[in-house]
Amino acid sequence: MAGKRKIRILVAKPGLDGHDRGAKIIARGFRDAGFEVIYTGLHQSPEQIVEAAIQEDVDVIGLSSLAGAHNHLFREVLRLLKERGAEDIPVFGGGIIPDEDIPKLKADGIREIFTPGTKVEDVVKWVEENIHPRG
Amino acid sequence: MWDKKKLEALRKEAAAWREDYRAATAKHPERMARFSTVSDQEVDALYTLDDIADFDYEEKLGFPGKYPYTRGVHSSMYRGRLWTMRMFSGLGSARDTNRRFHYLLKHGETGLSIAFDMPTLMGYDSDHPMSRGEVGKCGVAIDSLADMEVLFDGIPLDKVTTSMTINPPASIMLAMYIAVAEKQGVRRDQIGGTIQNDMLKEFIAQKTFMLPPKPSLRLIVDTIEFCTKEVPRWNTISISGYHIREAGSTAVQELAFTLADGIAYVQAAIDRGLNVDDFAPRLSFFFNAHIDFFEEIAKYRAARRIWSRVMRERFKAKNPRSWMLRFHTQTAGCSLTAQQPYNNVVRTAYEALSAVLGGTQSLHTNSLDEVLALPSEHAVTIALRTQQILAEETGVPNTIDPLAGSYFVEALTDRMEAQAMEYINKIDEMGGILEAIERGYPQGEIANAAYDYQKQVDEGLKTIVGVNKYVSDVETPIEILKIDETVEAEQIERLKALKQSRDNDAVKKALDGLRGAAEGDENMMPHIINVVKAYGTEQEICDVFREVFGTYRDPGMF
Repeated sequence: MAGKRKIRILVAKPGLDGHDRGAKIIARGFRDAGFEVIYTGLHQSPEQIVEAAIQEDVDVIGLSSLAGAHNHLFREVLRLLKERGAEDIPVFGGGIIPDEDIPKLKADGIREIFTPGTKVEDVVKWVEENIHPRG
Repeated sequence: MWDKKKLEALRKEAAAWREDYRAATAKHPERMARFSTVSDQEVDALYTLDDIADFDYEEKLGFPGKYPYTRGVHSSMYRGRLWTMRMFSGLGSARDTNRRFHYLLKHGETGLSIAFDMPTLMGYDSDHPMSRGEVGKCGVAIDSLADMEVLFDGIPLDKVTTSMTINPPASIMLAMYIAVAEKQGVRRDQIGGTIQNDMLKEFIAQKTFMLPPKPSLRLIVDTIEFCTKEVPRWNTISISGYHIREAGSTAVQELAFTLADGIAYVQAAIDRGLNVDDFAPRLSFFFNAHIDFFEEIAKYRAARRIWSRVMRERFKAKNPRSWMLRFHTQTAGCSLTAQQPYNNVVRTAYEALSAVLGGTQSLHTNSLDEVLALPSEHAVTIALRTQQILAEETGVPNTIDPLAGSYFVEALTDRMEAQAMEYINKIDEMGGILEAIERGYPQGEIANAAYDYQKQVDEGLKTIVGVNKYVSDVETPIEILKIDETVEAEQIERLKALKQSRDNDAVKKALDGLRGAAEGDENMMPHIINVVKAYGTEQEICDVFREVFGTYRDPGMF
C-alpha cells in the first residue's frame, strides 16, 4: 500500500444490542491488518453513527447486529447518509442476519453481509478488494 | 494420602510408561502438536495417582451438602430432586410469551425463565426512539404492570418459581412480579424466583448498562436489603459468568471474574450494615456450559470450593447456607453454529451433561436454532427433551458427583482453583473488581482471549465442525421463528391507551416519592413498588434513575 493513504474504517454497533464480541474482534483484525479503525462503542443511534462517519471522514462503515433489529437499523443508516449527502461512504454489515434478509438489504444498498463463521481475514480481504480511500 | 512406598513404585511405572509413550509417538506422531482445552489449558496424555498425590480428601472434597461442597450443595443431590428445567423464553408480546410459558409447562418444564427484549433490558419503553425495530425482537416487551399481568395470566405464582434475566431495571421487574402475585392473592413472602441483577458483569461483558457502577451497586444492595426482609424466598442476584464466557473469556476467567463480582456484592451489602448470614444464603450464581467437557465439570467443582472458603474465611459467615454456591447453567450459545444447525442438538446435549455432572441446580438447554433467531416451538421442545432424556434415561443423576476421584478431573479442578485465585488476588491488589473494571482489566483480558481463540479457529488449530472442518455445501434449511413487525405498533398502542386510562396524578406522586428516595439514601424498592402499582412505566422509573444518577457510556475499547 506504499504511497496510498490507509483505509479508514468505522466499526459501529447500532441500537441497543450489547453483543460486541464480533465487532471488537473485527476492529482488532482491521487494525492488525494496517487499517485506521474507529470503533463507536455500543448503543449508537443511526444518527450518531452517520455523524461519526462524516466527522471522522471514513472510507467505509461496518455495522454489527446480533439482536434482530438489522432491517430497521441498517436501512436507517443508509437513509441518513443519503440525507447528509454522504451516500458515497459504502456500508457493509455482519452478525446474525437471516439468509432471506440478505438480498433485500443488498438491494437497498448494503454492499456485503458477513454471517457467523466468517474468517476475520475474509472480511479484511473483501474490504481491501472493494473499498478504496475516498477523495 | 497414599502409601509412600506404593507411590514410589507407581512413579517408576509411570516414568516407564512415559518412555513407551515417547517411543510410540516418535514412530506415529500425535494427532496435534499441542493438546489443549477450548480455553487453551494444556492437557497431558495421562493423569495418574501421582497428579493428586498430596490429595487430602476431607480438605478437597468433603461430602455432598458438606463444606467445602466440592461434591455438591445438597446431601441427596439429584436422587432427592432433579435440577430445575428452566427454559429461557420470551418473544414478541406478553400474550405471545404467556402462550409459550403454558406450552413449556405442559411439556414438563419445571420453572419459568423470562427473556426480555432489548428496550426492556435497557430501561426504555416501546415508544422510545431507541426502541425502533427492537420491540419484542429478542425477548418479550414489558412496559408496565399491565404487560406483566398478561405475561402471568393463568400461572399461579405460589406454585412456580420464575427467573428474570434483567439487570439495570431488575428492581422494577421484581416490583411488577410482587404486584402480580398480590393481585393473585399470593403474598410476597410466598413467591420464589431470581432476578439476575448483576451489574458488574454487565460492565465487564454483557453491556446492558444504564447507570454508572456506584449507583448501580446501590440499587442492587437496595433489592438485597428489601428482599432479605420482605421476600425471603427470592434469589436477590444471579452472579453471572455466562456472559463473561460468551464474550470470549476462558473458563478460568469466567470463574475468577464471577467470584470477584460476588465478593464485591457481599462486601457492599456488609458495608450497608447487613449481617452476612441474613443475605448470603439468597445469593445465586449462573455459569456457562461450554463445549470442553472436563474443563467445565472442573470449573463448577472449583467454584463451589472457592466460594465456600471465601464466605467462611474471608467474610466469617457462620450459616452453612451462606457457604453454598448454588448455580444455574445455560449451555453455551457461542458454541453453536449457523452452519449445519442440527449439530447444535448434539453440542447442547454434551454441554448439558457437563452441567449435570458438575452439580447444577437448574439448567437451560439452548435450542438448535438459537444461533439464528429466537427458538421455534419445535426446536425448544427438542432442547427440553434433551434434559428429560439426560434426567430419566441415561442414569447419570443416579449417583452423586460420579467423577470425583478421577485423576484428571481432580487435577484440573485444583488447577482451575489455583488459577482463579491468582486472578482474584490480583483484583484484590487493584482494590477490588470496581477499580479493576474502571481500569478495563477484566474487559481487556477477555478481549485478548476472544481474539486469540478466533485466530486459533481461523488457523484451524481449533476445530468447529461444519465451520472450519467437515464443511458441507448442502444446507438443510430449518424453520426460523419470525417476530411479527406488528408487535411494535401494537405495543405502542397499548402503552398510549394505558397512559390515558391510568390515574396520572397518582403516578406522578409515586415518581416524586421515588425521586426523593433516590436523592437521599432511603431504600428505593418500596417506592418502585408504589410506581408500578399505579401503572407507572418501566421507562418513567428509569428516567428518574437516569436523572438522579446519570448514565454510563461504553468506553469502546477493542
